[in-house]
Amino acid sequence: MTTPLLSIRGLRTTLATERGQVTVVDGVDLDVQPGEILGLVGESGSGKSMTLRSILRLIRAPGRVSGQVLWRGRDLVPLREAEMRAIRGREIGMIFQEPMTALNPVLSVGAQILENLVAHTDLGRSARQARAVELLDLVGISAPAQRVNDYPHQFSGGMRQRAMIAIALASNPTLLLADEPTTALDVTIQDQILKLLMHLRATLKMAVILVTHDLGVVAQSCDRVAVLYAGRVAEYGAVGPVFAAPHHAYTLGLLRSVPDARHARQPLRPIGGAPPAPDTVGERCAFMPRCAYATAACATARPPLVSLSDGRLSACVHWDQLEANEWAAV
Amino acid sequence: MGGSMTMSAVAQSTANAPETGSAPGEPLLVVRKLTKTFARSRSLMDLVKGEPRRRVHALTEVDLSVRRGETLGIVGESGCGKSTLARCLVRLHRVDSGSVTYDGLDVVALRGAALRRFNRRVQMVFQDPYGSLNPRMTVRATIAEALSVHRICPRREMPARIAALMDLVHLPLSAAGRRPHEFSGGQRQRIGIARALALEPDCLIADELVSALDVSVQAQMVNLLLELQERLHLTVLFIAHDLRLVRHLSHRVAVMYLGRVVELAETEALFAHPRHPYTRALLDAAPELDPSRRGSAEAAVRGELPSPVNPPPGCAFHPRCPVAIEYCRRVRPELVRLRDGRLAACHLAATEDGLVQSTEL
Repeated sequence: MTTPLLSIRGLRTTLATERGQVTVVDGVDLDVQPGEILGLVGESGSGKSMTLRSILRLIRAPGRVSGQVLWRGRDLVPLREAEMRAIRGREIGMIFQEPMTALNPVLSVGAQILENLVAHTDLGRSARQARAVELLDLVGISAPAQRVNDYPHQFSGGMRQRAMIAIALASNPTLLLADEPTTALDVTIQDQILKLLMHLRATLKMAVILVTHDLGVVAQSCDRVAVLYAGRVAEYGAVGPVFAAPHHAYTLGLLRSVPDARHARQPLRPIGGAPPAPDTVGERCAFMPRCAYATAACATARPPLVSLSDGRLSACVHWDQLEANEWAAV
Repeated sequence: MGGSMTMSAVAQSTANAPETGSAPGEPLLVVRKLTKTFARSRSLMDLVKGEPRRRVHALTEVDLSVRRGETLGIVGESGCGKSTLARCLVRLHRVDSGSVTYDGLDVVALRGAALRRFNRRVQMVFQDPYGSLNPRMTVRATIAEALSVHRICPRREMPARIAALMDLVHLPLSAAGRRPHEFSGGQRQRIGIARALALEPDCLIADELVSALDVSVQAQMVNLLLELQERLHLTVLFIAHDLRLVRHLSHRVAVMYLGRVVELAETEALFAHPRHPYTRALLDAAPELDPSRRGSAEAAVRGELPSPVNPPPGCAFHPRCPVAIEYCRRVRPELVRLRDGRLAACHLAATEDGLVQSTEL
């Protein structure tokens, strides 16, 4: 395996709330290879968005990020803010779920691309102008030379997301962090945006971390996946094997909760109960109270993320005793 | 296919009888040519320029029927009119034209006590339980209010009735004394369902009931819906944008696009062989759960939804349709019954089935 582009070890993020400091990312380990799409999947509150923000230290004080975020061999956690700015938005770009709140409503889309070109490239004035139009064309906005002067409110939801991608691409990032980029979009537009991201990854050799709660999105667009639960990585591995034979009881539960076309109107097999509130788990498996496989061994200590074959990682004590995911068997 | 095409519409059976096939279960709710527009607020510039007041065409001549005891799924993307349709059916909106008949009752003309009796029989559950439950009222008070407004039972029987309803939606009785903010999203939806069921309706309209929920909680709600339908013999209108859920729950599915029904068929037939190009695009765009079956690198459909203020002429889907011909740009296709009994509003599907004769192809 090649050296990872990004290597996260023991990432821990705490937020200040009314109840004091709450841990929302609880010791996450992840690797991102150059040019791959890594999916971060989990239910709300699993810490997937917080993990993504913690990479770029987009956590407001007194919230704190600790652990190690090795970016091309350099740890981002202890960097000073000025040094961080040379990486954030330049080497590592980011796009968000709600383009309307992430875009500036009083600046034209072109102006917002130019802003990034001024900050992160040494192109001249006319070259920047041409590059802005080129970027809009690259993300599939028709008549880019005219649309470059439009304001975000003149764009539809899908086009705003394309514009946001164009802004992020202005600095030629090596890694793009995408936080639920298609969740607010309709399914045909989601399909367009995902295909665009996959196309850009292939042509620009850019790695992507894609945060989503949709297992279908992971299955269709990611190379590798990390399943998060209660701020911890439950399972990590290549998408095909993880979906075919989950090695964590939570992954299996998630996949089984989704309706299967061959058993219409049959009861589903949901995971009982609800995810734990942050910081209430303690030193045991976080999924234990909802798990059908739980034994005393799950309660004695926090199960470590163990390396299995083929680069698979699992934090499940009973990973080798799980049933197969039956739809995959057919 | 190209060039001009002249068609003489000789569809033997148009949308006069929108029930597919003749399976048991007579129609309970029948919608005919339902049209609803909303006035668009005029900007100052429009006023100065003397522009006419423009209208959003939310629903245009919608035809469909729901059979007693079935689950009819309604799918479509945002702005297709599925929520407006639901609201028209329970009379939260006044319709512009067209008819809604419920068990022989002319719903559009109902007033006063008759309307309240109808409202009791057809209950709606909303997507956002935060917005539809009163935050200051306990669950008990919320349900008791519904029971007393509609005079379902005498006051002394209410506690037993509330306990039975809580049990029905699998909430502990101890939860009855709590307020909405003390519950999770899934539990709040259960409260909304309990309130709707308090009126002993025979039809439940679920508008994006599970869309805001996490997948494991979604599955719990799907099971609850299946169980309730079985126990209470409910007729359900399940409105959602999630195709997987609609496929799982529905006996038949109606696909809407820009305020119109474009295809209505038995669920398996629709998913196995979509006949309208929009249905096909929708199915292709939905990400499949099996990573070994990846879709093409091309997006399933180009372009975006046209504005409902100014819908395109002819077939509303033609600007995005991969197989559209000149005729589609000019003439709007009617919802017609195809050979296999399903309904579709597509010139090409109708031609394939020999329902329209093309003099030139």
